[in-house]
Amino acid sequence: MSLLLNEDQRMLQDAARSFCQQHSPLSVLRRLRDQRDELGYDPALWQQMLDLGWAGMTIAEEYGGYGFGYSGLGIVLEETGRTLTSSPLIASVLCGASLVQELGSEEQKQALLPKLVQGELLLSLALDETPLHNPSRIETTATRTGDGFVLHGSKTFVLDGHSADKLIVVARSSGDDNSAEGISLFLVDRAAAGLSIQRTWMVDSRNAARVELDAVKVAADSLLGGEGEGYPGLDRVLDIARIGVAAEMLGSIQEVFERILDYLKQREQFGVLIGSFQGLQHRAALMYSEIELCKSAVRAGLAALDDAGKSGEDRARLASLCKAKLAEVFALVSNEGIQMHGGIGMTDEFDIGFFIKRARVAQMFLGDAQFHRDRYATLNNF
Amino acid sequence: MSLEDFRRATRAWLEENCPTSMRTPMVQDEIVWGGRNAQYKNPDSQLWLESMAAKGWTCPTWPAEYGGGGLGKDEALILSQELARINARPPLTSFGISMLGPVLLEYGNPEQQAEHIPAIVRGEIRWCQGYSEPGSGSDLASLSTRAELRGDHYCINGSKVWTSYADRADWIFCLVRTDFDVPKHSGISFILFDMASEGVSTRPIQLISGQSPFCETFCEDVKVPARNLVGRVNEGWSIAKRLLQHERTMISSFGLASGQSDRGGTTSTVSSVEGAAMHYRGDKDRLSDPVLRDEIARFKIDSEAFALTSQRSREETKQSQGPNATSSMLKNYGCELNKRRYELLLKALGSQSLGWEGDGFADEELQVTREWLRSKANSIEGGTYEVQLNVIAKRVLGLPEIPAMNKKMNNK
Ligand SMILES: Cc1cc2nc3c(=O)[nH]c(=O)nc-3n(C[C@H](O)[C@H](O)[C@H](O)COP(=O)(O)OP(=O)(O)OC[C@H]3O[C@@H](n4cnc5c(N)ncnc54)[C@H](O)[C@@H]3O)c2cc1C
Repeated sequence: MSLLLNEDQRMLQDAARSFCQQHSPLSVLRRLRDQRDELGYDPALWQQMLDLGWAGMTIAEEYGGYGFGYSGLGIVLEETGRTLTSSPLIASVLCGASLVQELGSEEQKQALLPKLVQGELLLSLALDETPLHNPSRIETTATRTGDGFVLHGSKTFVLDGHSADKLIVVARSSGDDNSAEGISLFLVDRAAAGLSIQRTWMVDSRNAARVELDAVKVAADSLLGGEGEGYPGLDRVLDIARIGVAAEMLGSIQEVFERILDYLKQREQFGVLIGSFQGLQHRAALMYSEIELCKSAVRAGLAALDDAGKSGEDRARLASLCKAKLAEVFALVSNEGIQMHGGIGMTDEFDIGFFIKRARVAQMFLGDAQFHRDRYATLNNF
Repeated sequence: MSLEDFRRATRAWLEENCPTSMRTPMVQDEIVWGGRNAQYKNPDSQLWLESMAAKGWTCPTWPAEYGGGGLGKDEALILSQELARINARPPLTSFGISMLGPVLLEYGNPEQQAEHIPAIVRGEIRWCQGYSEPGSGSDLASLSTRAELRGDHYCINGSKVWTSYADRADWIFCLVRTDFDVPKHSGISFILFDMASEGVSTRPIQLISGQSPFCETFCEDVKVPARNLVGRVNEGWSIAKRLLQHERTMISSFGLASGQSDRGGTTSTVSSVEGAAMHYRGDKDRLSDPVLRDEIARFKIDSEAFALTSQRSREETKQSQGPNATSSMLKNYGCELNKRRYELLLKALGSQSLGWEGDGFADEELQVTREWLRSKANSIEGGTYEVQLNVIAKRVLGLPEIPAMNKKMNNK
């Protein structure tokens, strides 16, 4: 397993980078924020991303995808992370399409995946119920009735919940509230009666929603995966999503660090460039070292997702490693990003603040550093 | 031979030639350093060294004409994998292999290569490193040991310090000043000489760990043949820096082993931090102290990410050539991990990690105490932590020079 990019991957990286720099610079997110845009992403930009095939990266060719693997999607996410591009890539492609691929029946895959690739269908995962990620702690209930189920419960931090066509709702059909047994996943249409979706305005200006399910009826064929047997597949997809988000974080981290370096080489105080102060040099060198570790972790994580020879446990360990490590380093680098810019770093007009805001949301999404260190320890039997 | 065949042949050869006792974890006093006065506590060590040296596999990628293994990168990788597979001990550990050899192959002339490389491969000559001086540590380029050309030889006067194993070494690679009237980096030469030469003396220094691995080294009118100067006169600084990159890469490997739960199949209770922490608390399947558990998890995550980074760096150097400035980053991170490992072991073992000698402590517990103290040198030797950060800032990140560091040599 090589940790270097191959020729194709480098070309993809170059293409994705120049696309993002040209078409979705940070000013796009700023504009969406300033206009309090209801959708929260730019549909014209999303269409261009679809045209580039980005929604089909990880989907097999038989379902209309391009089979570029998670390494391919990871490369794209790294670039969208540099420009803080807001799009359905994470909610609908990284999480949604992966769930369909991992858990869906043949009919569901044939019905849903080609639409996902074309962007005719947007998905969103409704998982967390408390402010802290805990995927097996599910109180939302699914009760069998006649030929379907009735769902009751509430969800929070549902990425793109307000703009998705369908939600994938994680519910409990049996077992106690903290158990991985008895969890089922359902595809719920946004128009379903009893479903209310409330967009929340998050600090990172990206999209999330609160969802209430009040006696929402779903048909039996909306079940994704076996009844009460959804957890292992969900867990696998969460690991995919964690590594994918880590790739996005890696892009943001590198961008902040490059902006810091530029500033250190340009701002003068005491008659010299501030980059000649050792107190700043050493902190920059330490950040550099941590970022090198982040790169290796993300490459290894993505490669493991594409490597059929890797066990689920290997992937889980790497996913928690990536998420824990990147969360810490993103916190470090985004904090230093402000500090090393001095007063200007605190101004809204200056872009660096967008990164610290995104950092905390990304850190928290699908488990913060503590969550993943705990999980990593458990996976390593201590 | 195809790579597959090479692997098969290598495996078979190792099966036949690696003694069983050489497939157990290395113990401190059985490390083979070679040299004229080499001693083998375990006779298998000598056998293993001789078999490996005969194939040139103590230095697998060095040219076969000088006794090296002559292997390509892929074959060398296979060899290292096969050695790891049977937990084989390194047959030979030496500064000749990790530091001098690579620069001699790059900068030495054919005569120097022919004289020294084969002896390094076979472990016949043990080398030490004469860089630091009492007045020149981090500011190494300010060194003032003097070498004057007198006909066909140099006359060397001055003193070196912290010279690891100088009292046991046969030869020294040494930095000397051959010109005092130029900027400090421009008057340094790289020279080799026999520690048995008249005028060389050493005095051991004891470390806080109780060991005495290094010395003061004094040179009084030492006569060294002029042909022992490597590269060109006054151009030794670039050789010196190159060697430091190799040294840093070597030292960074301390950190590589540090996160592994199972160090080479050993069953010792202190071989993994988390295992030790659970053992000394009587925990069964989960470490009962949540704070320590979190700290160990963070340590192991960093260790694993560091191991991946070393792998990536090896892949990158394979594509370019030799180590580069990232060796400073690897050195620092590896050393900090090793230091963290020992601090965590102290927390894991409680007061059992604080014995100095005698009864009441197992050998491996006493070793933790000593190694914990020894590990503090990791961020000093081979260039300090702070100096590595300076190197990263300047060479990797391209940050401007710290004004005070550009001074010229004052004419001493
Ligand atoms: C176990 C061990 C083995 C060794 N083996 C050898 C050997 O075999 N051969 C050999 O030649 N040497 C050897 N050394 C010496 C080692 O290379 C030096 O100790 C090291 O380079 C530091 O020099 P110094 O001790 O003079 O410390 P100093 O340079 O005096 O440093 C003191 C402190 O000041 C800091 N400092 C100095 N300059 C700067 C700067 N520019 N910016 C920021 N901080 C700075 C240092 O980081 C350190 O914290 C060994 C050392 C040890 C501990």
